[in-house]
Amino acid sequence: MFSIFQYSFIQNAFLAGTVVAIVGGFVGYFLVTRGLTFAGEALSHIGFAGAAAALFVGIDPIVGLLTFTIIAGIAIGIFGKDLREEDINIGIVMTLALGLGALFISLYNGYAEQAYSILFGTILGISHTDVLVTLIFGIGTIAILVAIFRPLLFSSADPEVAEARGVPVRALGILFLVLVAVAVSMSVQVVGVLLIFTLLVGPAATAIRLVHNPLGAVSISIALALAYTWLGIFLAATGSWPVTFYIATISFLVYLPVRLLTART
Amino acid sequence: MNNFIDLVQQSFVENAFMAGTLIAIVSAIIGYFVVLRAQAFAAHALSHIGFAGATLAAVLGISGLLGMSGFTVAAALGMGALEKRIRGRDVEIGMILSFALGLGVLFLRWYTNSSSETVSVLFGSILSVTHADIILTLVFGIGTLVILAAIFRPLLFSSIDPEVAEARGVPIKILSILFMFLLAITVAEAIQVVGVLLVFALIVAPAAAAQHLTRKPFSAIAISVALGVAFTWGGLLLALATSWPVSFYIATLAALTYFIAVRIAHFARPHAHATHEHPDGEYIKAT
Repeated sequence: MFSIFQYSFIQNAFLAGTVVAIVGGFVGYFLVTRGLTFAGEALSHIGFAGAAAALFVGIDPIVGLLTFTIIAGIAIGIFGKDLREEDINIGIVMTLALGLGALFISLYNGYAEQAYSILFGTILGISHTDVLVTLIFGIGTIAILVAIFRPLLFSSADPEVAEARGVPVRALGILFLVLVAVAVSMSVQVVGVLLIFTLLVGPAATAIRLVHNPLGAVSISIALALAYTWLGIFLAATGSWPVTFYIATISFLVYLPVRLLTART
Repeated sequence: MNNFIDLVQQSFVENAFMAGTLIAIVSAIIGYFVVLRAQAFAAHALSHIGFAGATLAAVLGISGLLGMSGFTVAAALGMGALEKRIRGRDVEIGMILSFALGLGVLFLRWYTNSSSETVSVLFGSILSVTHADIILTLVFGIGTLVILAAIFRPLLFSSIDPEVAEARGVPIKILSILFMFLLAITVAEAIQVVGVLLVFALIVAPAAAAQHLTRKPFSAIAISVALGVAFTWGGLLLALATSWPVSFYIATLAALTYFIAVRIAHFARPHAHATHEHPDGEYIKAT
């Protein structure tokens, strides 16, 4: 059973998957507490347009993913002052992005397999270059998150007081969205554009319901994300069902009882 | 140009226009209420749930529209029953949506190794809609319009002011469930035209644009329908002329029109609050 680990594509998958899960679990905590889950969803759809455009132009999709999501993240950070009322605006932008993605895919002419993997993940087929890119961006993101952890926490819990105390709330907000953009781009490789929620929101939402203190919640969130990803890759590698399906199902099946059995904060 | 005219007269094109127009009309009207009731995200979620239905239908060999309707109706009835507790529950809805997509991915793996089928479910396939689905679309569409006409006033009342409506004896819970049921059917239909991912373009965009331009219900619905049909026809014609996807054109037309409408509203009423906030509006909230 464990002989699968001798294959390099499995090793790659686990390596990249581990980094993605840690970043996802970490970023996800703030995504949920700052009420930005829908924005995260929108970023992944916008990233899809970027990936499809990159494919069409002939470069690595991850470049397109990162470019589009980071730009969109900054734009949301600057213009989306009160995201609550921008629900529909974000949805429309998302729609526009998906439409563009659809265009690029149809122009790309065949290799719908590539489109499929952007939409639904491709961790078992991840290239060496992408593993490297994932490692670099992932470690960078984690380092930045650790550095800004306290001020980010402060500005998420109480933006006005934080601002009064000199915390650069707005700048942090934009920086955070850039980190979300990177996290989303990386996660797309594992679960695809459409299932970002399962890695970025599921573990965090579950953790927050179990533990109230931030450090504990972040730890559990990361642990869950790792568990789902490892289990998902392992099950998919030893069977023939998709990784994404396993991760989505496990994520949901763990979230459901926790959600139903715990009280709101 | 002659070739183009010949092309437009093909039966598959006529079918596409017929089904597309009806779906656009129904979507626009339902969309008016979706925006009014701040349930845009629920509509988005229903379409993703429909994906699981469509793929399962493919595995079982039955009509995609039936499969989608089955799943969306079931989900919608659930949402309708949990009405009060669904508002503002982006995380919960997102999780269910993702689970449904995950199921869809699995069913897809069982059904086919062809990725192009996935693409057409995700991005629409109105130009290849089957005869059986056209009949179903007609039946569902007209049925939906009839029911909407019948419940129009009470639905409007309960959407704008649920508490007062309830006090006046309007059965808001039943209306709510009925509305979700109609939304589910409409979503399944819309998926045929623009695919799972772009349902927003047909159901939310026309109505949202209209509501930025006017507050009066009848005017808003009329504008919404006009826009929806315009996007659909525009999309179909452009797609036939250039071979680019229908859904891309519809989505782009819808998005551009929406942003223009927002700009117009901003200049016409610079100090008015543009979005109508529903009392229990669907807002992004932390858990």
